[in-house]
Amino acid sequence: MRVYLTAARLSFRRYITYRSATIAGLITNTCFGFIRAYILLAMWHEKPHIGGYDAADAVTYVFLTQGLTTPIGIFFGSTELGLRIRTGEVATDLYRPCDFQLWFLALDVGRAVAGLVLRTAPPVVIGTLFFPTRLPAAPLPWLEFALSCTLGLLINFAIRYLVSLSAFWTLDERGSAALLLVVSMFFSGMIIPVAVMPGWLGALARTLPWSATLQVPIDVLLGTGTAGFLNALAFQLLWAAALIALGRAVTTAARRKTVVQGG
Amino acid sequence: MADSHTHTPTPTPTHTHTHTPEPRLTPEPRPIPSPAAYLLLTRMWSRAAWQYRASLLLTGTAQMLGASLDLAALLVMYSQVTTLAGFTLPQTLYLYGTTRLAFALSDVIASGMETLSDSIRLGTFDVMLIRPVGTLAQVLADQFTPKRFGKLIPSTATLVWAAQALPITWTPLKAMVCVGTVVCGTVIYCALWVLTNSISFVATDARESANVITYGGELITEFPFAIYQRSLALLMTFAIPLAFVTWEPSLYVLGRRDPLGLPGFLSFAPPVVALLLSLLAALVWRVAVRHYRSTGS
Repeated sequence: MRVYLTAARLSFRRYITYRSATIAGLITNTCFGFIRAYILLAMWHEKPHIGGYDAADAVTYVFLTQGLTTPIGIFFGSTELGLRIRTGEVATDLYRPCDFQLWFLALDVGRAVAGLVLRTAPPVVIGTLFFPTRLPAAPLPWLEFALSCTLGLLINFAIRYLVSLSAFWTLDERGSAALLLVVSMFFSGMIIPVAVMPGWLGALARTLPWSATLQVPIDVLLGTGTAGFLNALAFQLLWAAALIALGRAVTTAARRKTVVQGG
Repeated sequence: MADSHTHTPTPTPTHTHTHTPEPRLTPEPRPIPSPAAYLLLTRMWSRAAWQYRASLLLTGTAQMLGASLDLAALLVMYSQVTTLAGFTLPQTLYLYGTTRLAFALSDVIASGMETLSDSIRLGTFDVMLIRPVGTLAQVLADQFTPKRFGKLIPSTATLVWAAQALPITWTPLKAMVCVGTVVCGTVIYCALWVLTNSISFVATDARESANVITYGGELITEFPFAIYQRSLALLMTFAIPLAFVTWEPSLYVLGRRDPLGLPGFLSFAPPVVALLLSLLAALVWRVAVRHYRSTGS
């Protein structure tokens, strides 16, 4: 266990180092929050209640997604593993006397915590200063939110890990990573909340694992979910377990046929 | 000894009958004109990308799918409301289509600028400086990939659909303004790619903030400016001239008065704005390259 904690800690330190990159990222996240807030407000101006959200919920939603994209990794199509398979460095990773999947999860958790520390609070705080927003004052929703975000990260990692593993067969994961990225952007509720998607599209989006990475945690925090906390948790746990298990199975298959490039 | 020293290296001029000029120590550099160099380099990078056909096809498809899903998000919005700030679906789709097409074209031409920060950090920009080709052409063409053409298909389709769905009569002037919108919009975005990514000369790893103006600019101009706060809309008209990409010229095509109360002749300003912004971008680039010092790593 200690080795994974150390890996996570070192990965955290690596991602927390770049200061001007962080400031640039914060400016970007916050500005996009403003643009998207105005777009959604125009919509809520016409119709004050959509999908159980009022205007304040919608704006809060926007700034929370801007704060959470980096830690949860919505904008990443794969993990570090993809690059390492492509370059052949994965040979070293395969030697390590520890669990392959857990090792990369540890690195990703370190990255996520760095993202959480640096990139989450500022967009949300600035958003609440400029727009009417609604964040709960009681501690319980925040605890549930923290748990739900952790599961969201786990699911997001599990999907990206699978895409990275595809490089063992295709030798280049960038194509599948790019496809994953656009699907994940749409179905996580990053472009438009899943809550406002109508009919069959909404039903599909709520069933797919991507809704569990952003929409579900935010609904847990804002109390706007229709199913209640325990149902949301069960939904997330189910997807997390299924995707992690699939990742383990594919890892075993990959180890059997590994071709290491480079050298 | 001294005698033999001076004696040996003198070559006997026996083969002078060919009249070849003496080879100079430094061959005179013949600079390739930038447009030709740009085309040459993009062709080279395309051939490189073509070696990984499956990946290229997948990333191209991803670009197309991404653009389509973005359009789907707009349609989802209009499934809930009939107008946004007084603009109907065909009207917003017209703004959206012209923006997406202009941006996609600028993405094909100029998004190589995004590699600038890496080139500076890794020191490969220094290599570009010593080649007898303009630096701007080299950076613009850097890591060109044909996958970017994928975005053109959904955006063209959107614009064509919106153009025929609009309840307006198309006059030759309106058609000209429509084509001009896309052309000038492309030029404005290209200038913005250059201007914003030049921040990498000052702060190498602050590249991400350029996204606010490039990708953020795209998002802003997809929607009627009436949805933004008045001060913000004015800022995006006169400080960062995003309003001239599609909003101002489209007001004329759509036959609408400016909700911000700006004069109507601004609808015909995009060519001037595009020209001025390109000159500014060229100037900033020259100054930046002249003051460039390697990162030293």
